[in-house]
Amino acid sequence: MTVVEKILARAAGLPATKAGDVVEPKVDLAMSHENAALVVNQFQEIFQGTGHAPKVWDPSRIAIIFDHRVPAESPKTATNQKKIREFVAANGIRKFHDIRGDTGGICHQILPEYGYVRPGFVVVGTDSHTTSHGALGAFSFGIGATEMASVWSLGFAVNIEVPETIKVVVKGEFPPLVGAKDLILHLIGLLTAQGANYKVLEFHGETIRRLGTSGRIAICNMSVEAGATSGIVPGDEETLRYLREEAGVTDPIACVTPDADAKYVRTVEIDVSTLGSQIACPHMVDNVKPIKDVLGTRVQQIVIGSCTNGRLDDLAIAADILRGKKVAEGTRMLVFPASGRIFAQALERGYVQDFMKAGAVVMNSGCGPCLGVHEGALGDNEVALSTTNRNFKGRMGNPKSEVYLCSPAVAAASAITGVITDPNAN
Amino acid sequence: MAKVIITLGNDISTDDIYPGRFMATVLPTETPQFAFFDRTEFNAFLKARQFPAGSVIVGGENFGCGSSREQACSTLKGYDVTVVAKSIARIFLQNSINLGLKVVICPEIEASEGDELEITDDRVINATTDKSFAQVQMPAARKGIMDAGGLIPYTRRLLMARL
Repeated sequence: MTVVEKILARAAGLPATKAGDVVEPKVDLAMSHENAALVVNQFQEIFQGTGHAPKVWDPSRIAIIFDHRVPAESPKTATNQKKIREFVAANGIRKFHDIRGDTGGICHQILPEYGYVRPGFVVVGTDSHTTSHGALGAFSFGIGATEMASVWSLGFAVNIEVPETIKVVVKGEFPPLVGAKDLILHLIGLLTAQGANYKVLEFHGETIRRLGTSGRIAICNMSVEAGATSGIVPGDEETLRYLREEAGVTDPIACVTPDADAKYVRTVEIDVSTLGSQIACPHMVDNVKPIKDVLGTRVQQIVIGSCTNGRLDDLAIAADILRGKKVAEGTRMLVFPASGRIFAQALERGYVQDFMKAGAVVMNSGCGPCLGVHEGALGDNEVALSTTNRNFKGRMGNPKSEVYLCSPAVAAASAITGVITDPNAN
Repeated sequence: MAKVIITLGNDISTDDIYPGRFMATVLPTETPQFAFFDRTEFNAFLKARQFPAGSVIVGGENFGCGSSREQACSTLKGYDVTVVAKSIARIFLQNSINLGLKVVICPEIEASEGDELEITDDRVINATTDKSFAQVQMPAARKGIMDAGGLIPYTRRLLMARL
């Protein structure tokens, strides 16, 4: 069995599963953000006319993190958030992260950081980038609000087809200033935006083994951009290290690894030793080109951060490049760390000061600029270069603008010049 | 017969169907006004409601890719349209079934705006061009949710059996 087949077998109480089976796995963690306002509506509707008061199956397995519009940008959002706070209090939901500088942040960062996700877990989230948590060896996938309401009621997911798995084997040493983000952009370009539709990407190889959890999150996060149900890195030494040392987990952790004779629908091999910086060009994430094809493109907004690349190592790379330099005239730079904890660490290490001295605006942790609904929207005909995960038309709030996606190193090097710049050019 | 009111290309994203800036709007009665908001003409066409129920939006490959926001389904359901696409992104397909938005997967579909389609249980017949195309059938488990009228009644039934 593949990793996901094993995880689903355990969660469904079966000796084994295979791709194509339909199972009803118990859910170990159910996450939502501000769209919990819609989940609450649907949840209450399920109980309507039953004669029973609405009751969640297990409040300890529900996590709600405010991140998409923090602090609230409108009375409507604020009222939705208020409604969720009341629901959280009434139902005894403890894994709730409100708008706070210490324990707040982006959902896909908070879940790993607080040890809410473990290898072998089934995790569902009302956000497509819930695929992120595969970085810790969990089977983690995005669902809609109504499906979440069903999970809140029942404690299991109905009608889940065991997905086929694509094995991705990565070897080689990354060249300087090339990393996880370039690898996943390259892979999405290779597979196309629907190449992994309904399938899981299972990551293997020496390069993945050496990669830290932060890079693994970036890769699993963007697996959905190839259509994948989830990305997953089988739990290993690094998973245990991260959970023990950084997430403070003390109870036993068991990793799930695939059988030697696991059946994969396809195997993709990538050698990163010759990989250069990769850029996803407007308006599709699979429109990936080597950086040399777009060098010199004028950029009005640089964005560093998000659930994809807003962790401490991402900020460190960018701060190292920007230290003592200035963001180009005519270009503005936004930096938003993925969580309050990362923000505090970036302050301690001086990265926040580096950014501010260079002229960047350091923002609170949240999703803001990534989807342009709240902060960081673009003007007509403006171009953004961003470390976020999506560049669909209108993504940063304006259908008359363009978004290019890149690594933190490319974003920082380009902030100094105001045009798309190869960080390895000097 | 159902008339094709628009044909769209591949990779129509949820940002296209329902832009992120309207995500704070959650009520199915309020979401339809924002359908394809940035395609100004088509948004106005939908809002004018001068087309019969069951009219068809034809999409290419990977229709509904992107976000898990189910407003992208409720916004279309509000107009009682049917989506016929060559392939549909996973979360969008599941959300459609859960909410009762009618979606048909038809990998070879060829249709132009204004064409009349007949959608049977297993085929889509383009009456204008006189061509017929096979549908990909929904797995039995998904059909159970559709037959129940969506995931809410389906879940309610499961819940009542356990309470």
